[in-house]
Amino acid sequence: MRYLPHTKEDIKTMLKITGQSSLDSLFECIPEDLKTKQSIDIPQSLSEWELNAHMEELASSNIACKDYKCFIGGGSYDHFIPAIIPYLISRSEFMTAYTPYQPEVSQGTLQGIYEFQTMITELLGMDVATASHYDCGTALAEACLIALKKNREKNKIAISALAHPSHRQIVQTYIRPTGYEIIEIPYTKEGLTDMNALAGMDDLAGIAVQSPNFFGNIEDLKAVKAVADSKKALFITSFTEAMSYGLLKNPGQFGADLVAGEGQSLGIAKSFGGPGLGLLAGTKKQMRNLPGRFIGKTLDANGDNGYVLTLATREQHIKREKASSNICSNNGLNAMTAAMYLATVGKIGIREIAQQNHDKAVYLKKSLVNAGFEPCFDKPFFNEFVLKPPKGFEQKRAALIQDKCIFAGMDLEPFYPEMKQHYLFCSTETVSKDDIDQLAKEVQ
Amino acid sequence: MKEISDLNLPDDMKYTKDHEWARLSGDIVTVGINDYAQDQLGEVVFVELPETGDTLSKGDEFGSVESVKAVSEIYIPVSGEIMEINEDLEDAPELVNESCYEKGWLIKVKPEDVSELDNLMDKAEYLDMLKG
Amino acid sequence: MDNQPGASGLIFNEPSLWEKSRKGRCAISLPKADVERAELDKDLTGDAPELPQLSELDVVRHYTRLSQWNFGVDSGMYPLGSCTMKYNPKTNEVQAALKGFAGAHPFSGDEFSQGSLKLMYNLEQYLAKITGFDTLTLQPAAGAHGELTGMLMIHAYFAKKGKQRSKIIIPDTAHGTNPASAALCGYIPVNIKSGEKGILDPETVAAVMDEDTAGIMVTNPNTLGLFESNISKIADIIHSKGGLVYGDGANMNAIMGIVKPGEIGIDVLHLNLHKTFSTPHGGGGPGSGPVAVGKALEPFLPVPRVVKDLDSYKLVSDYPDTIGKIHTFYGHFGIMVRAYAYILSMGAKGLLDSSRLAVLSANYIKESLKGTLNLPYDMPCMHECVFNDEFQSKNNVTTVDMAKRLLDYGFHPPTIYFPLVVHGAFMIEPTETESKEDIDQFIDAVKAIAREAEEDPEKLRKAPFLTKVTRLDEVTAARKPCLRG
Repeated sequence: MRYLPHTKEDIKTMLKITGQSSLDSLFECIPEDLKTKQSIDIPQSLSEWELNAHMEELASSNIACKDYKCFIGGGSYDHFIPAIIPYLISRSEFMTAYTPYQPEVSQGTLQGIYEFQTMITELLGMDVATASHYDCGTALAEACLIALKKNREKNKIAISALAHPSHRQIVQTYIRPTGYEIIEIPYTKEGLTDMNALAGMDDLAGIAVQSPNFFGNIEDLKAVKAVADSKKALFITSFTEAMSYGLLKNPGQFGADLVAGEGQSLGIAKSFGGPGLGLLAGTKKQMRNLPGRFIGKTLDANGDNGYVLTLATREQHIKREKASSNICSNNGLNAMTAAMYLATVGKIGIREIAQQNHDKAVYLKKSLVNAGFEPCFDKPFFNEFVLKPPKGFEQKRAALIQDKCIFAGMDLEPFYPEMKQHYLFCSTETVSKDDIDQLAKEVQ
Repeated sequence: MKEISDLNLPDDMKYTKDHEWARLSGDIVTVGINDYAQDQLGEVVFVELPETGDTLSKGDEFGSVESVKAVSEIYIPVSGEIMEINEDLEDAPELVNESCYEKGWLIKVKPEDVSELDNLMDKAEYLDMLKG
Repeated sequence: MDNQPGASGLIFNEPSLWEKSRKGRCAISLPKADVERAELDKDLTGDAPELPQLSELDVVRHYTRLSQWNFGVDSGMYPLGSCTMKYNPKTNEVQAALKGFAGAHPFSGDEFSQGSLKLMYNLEQYLAKITGFDTLTLQPAAGAHGELTGMLMIHAYFAKKGKQRSKIIIPDTAHGTNPASAALCGYIPVNIKSGEKGILDPETVAAVMDEDTAGIMVTNPNTLGLFESNISKIADIIHSKGGLVYGDGANMNAIMGIVKPGEIGIDVLHLNLHKTFSTPHGGGGPGSGPVAVGKALEPFLPVPRVVKDLDSYKLVSDYPDTIGKIHTFYGHFGIMVRAYAYILSMGAKGLLDSSRLAVLSANYIKESLKGTLNLPYDMPCMHECVFNDEFQSKNNVTTVDMAKRLLDYGFHPPTIYFPLVVHGAFMIEPTETESKEDIDQFIDAVKAIAREAEEDPEKLRKAPFLTKVTRLDEVTAARKPCLRG
């Protein structure tokens, strides 16, 4: 096997030093009855070219192997990834390093993630951002736990029904054993979170609202903040489309206490849903409550600038059962990818790309409405929106995927049973006017 | 680290087995961590304290003192209400190392029952405990 | 140091992104605006975020220079105990980047995602065979996330039985993630000490196990690199009181093809694909922490699950006792592709050989450095061995000084000050992919450093000398946190 360098001679010499007679005798410390009687029943090893063929076969039975036009989002977005991103992130010094516990030989990771933290705080208008989390759903669950732990006299969290359905389920999973209660805030006919539904409810530790929400609509975060303040609850906001904050007023400007987000849009491949990038940011006051790693700036013994992991006493390897979270590995390499992406697009690029996402979504919506689709909500949106298609669309949609590799919207019914025959559409900068015109023609 | 004989342990205060000190002046008890504790912990980087107005019972955890790689919980030596916390520690936690009995005090408590202090150790008893 | 890899090459200074920024630059090719501009209400929009403004070469040079300040497995030996820093095969990266995988949208629908689903299904099967369990979930995003998933299933198991338990037994050699994961489920950790020989005594477990204790979390081999040979007896004790045994599979790299945890009384086990199964650590993640379970916990697995139906595969969520979802989609699929490619490249024989050679290399280092460094538990080890600085402390040289000096010799240091039960621990895990020559070089470096500790201890206390920066002021970093530029 090409990964195993030991020659027969090496093994003989090394065994001699260890005083063992064979490789098997190295395992004499394991009682015989605990050893398995059967070898591992998996396929014979493949050569590199056999592996290539097998993997190509698997990959090509996914529709994504072809160039496809993606008009779906729902938490995973098709944005253009410039060539320099995969090129730079593949540098093995980034990819094959461990967590930067030895800062003297990890300054690349450390400065890179410090710059990531900086750019995320800038994007979201928050004071601090962690070095990353798994995904938005788990980050949101952590944010809810912070609110509950810090507001001990209260035992409920309210979450908008228009937060991503998977995120709400993850929060449920995390919260269930703790005995706290989750209140789902219903939505209005206009496709926005119905903050009035919280009237009279006073024991809320936190209120979590996603914007843009799962239907694509931009929430009135100012109103959420006012309700949260009136109930002395933490104001938590989340988002699945990081690109939207290239254009929209950021959560910091609305006074959010904690922000959980998905950063997949920032240069990271969709990769069938993971690994993406969990973002977690907060006000200065929340700094020590946030879970996971932070990189901080400091000086070395010669007075030169350098970076280190810091505030580690919050973490599990020191505080064990009293830690703010159990997280250890995060999604560091994807945080680095996002940093590279943000540095690449810069202030000018992110604004223009975000604006074009919106422009194209508006044009797509208009085109589909002209093609006979019925609009559902009339509220401002970023790059996703809900439409009710004309009869026969379901069959047309399947044929479009099969024959033309066009994904035309996703059915909302599995997520919202009341939303029968409603589809969530998305448009990013990767689709052209021609693509949209073609889609409108196909579904007419 | 300091030898036991080098420790600075003032006579005018009481000590706990967890290395806090308590000093009664008027009807207020001031609490901190002693020279042994600050020395063992090393450079203090953060002190977590309760809110003023909190009421705690003797032996309750009232916060923690952190170095870069360790956290030490701190326990209140008398029951009572927190009247004041040392806010200077937020920006200058090093005061706990530099002046653990004066500038590096942690909280001031209005005790419910001053006689609880009688159950704590004096300097000689505390030194005996350290020597084991 | 003549034959050591450490040398000082040309390393560049590189300012922060915003110091390089010049107004008006942009490193991305902007798409053509081919539709009408649609203005959002001014109340909804904000100023463009103040991101740096750079050219494409600015960005390339920035990250190239940063990368040169990093040490990775591809740079040199990385014997970080309990982290299994083995070689990350490059073909795995090629497979994960295949358009059909990297470009797949998670909501494409089962029908159009057969390749992804088949890969996940097969990987589940292979990992179940390797660990000796019935079934498994790939959804957890990392090892600690897998632990949480396992503990949530244990919690759900007792909830379903109608009587929740309040405690969980955790040995003193455990990773910090164990108690932290248990605490998230409301379990109070009962810490127990390992015996004199560095492994658990069944009596110690029996003394604390009762019917209010959910079970035990055991890492086997443990973090001292020793096999918990009493594991079956311990499992019997736990099971006799109705409890469950959680296995932390962080150290699975020692026992592939030799011990199947599912056959020796363990009820639930997490794996770290980024340790045992060669996926890159990426400077801290993303990892992947699949969880294998026996029959008792199977109903509680997270959803959706991948199900094979004749010749096709589908995602199914209809399991009434499931703990629910723990990841937005199906877990870290990109990491699964890499681990799958690895397992297929290795085959059963390759995996067995990996474990054997990992254990051989660790024992070889242990025997070679015995006498140079103090060995608190002198017995045959598994894939890692734990020394400490007792011999060097008489010269006031500590574990951290030796670790820092190793950097000058061109090696990443071992894990230091863990496990907590060994004072000043120096925990070496060479892995099976390091050659004898590289291991010998490492051994020579440690011996040279031990000599330096005698002859010039002051030098060690100031090391390293050849790195981009020297020891950093972590106290000020923590006292006055500066977390953004």
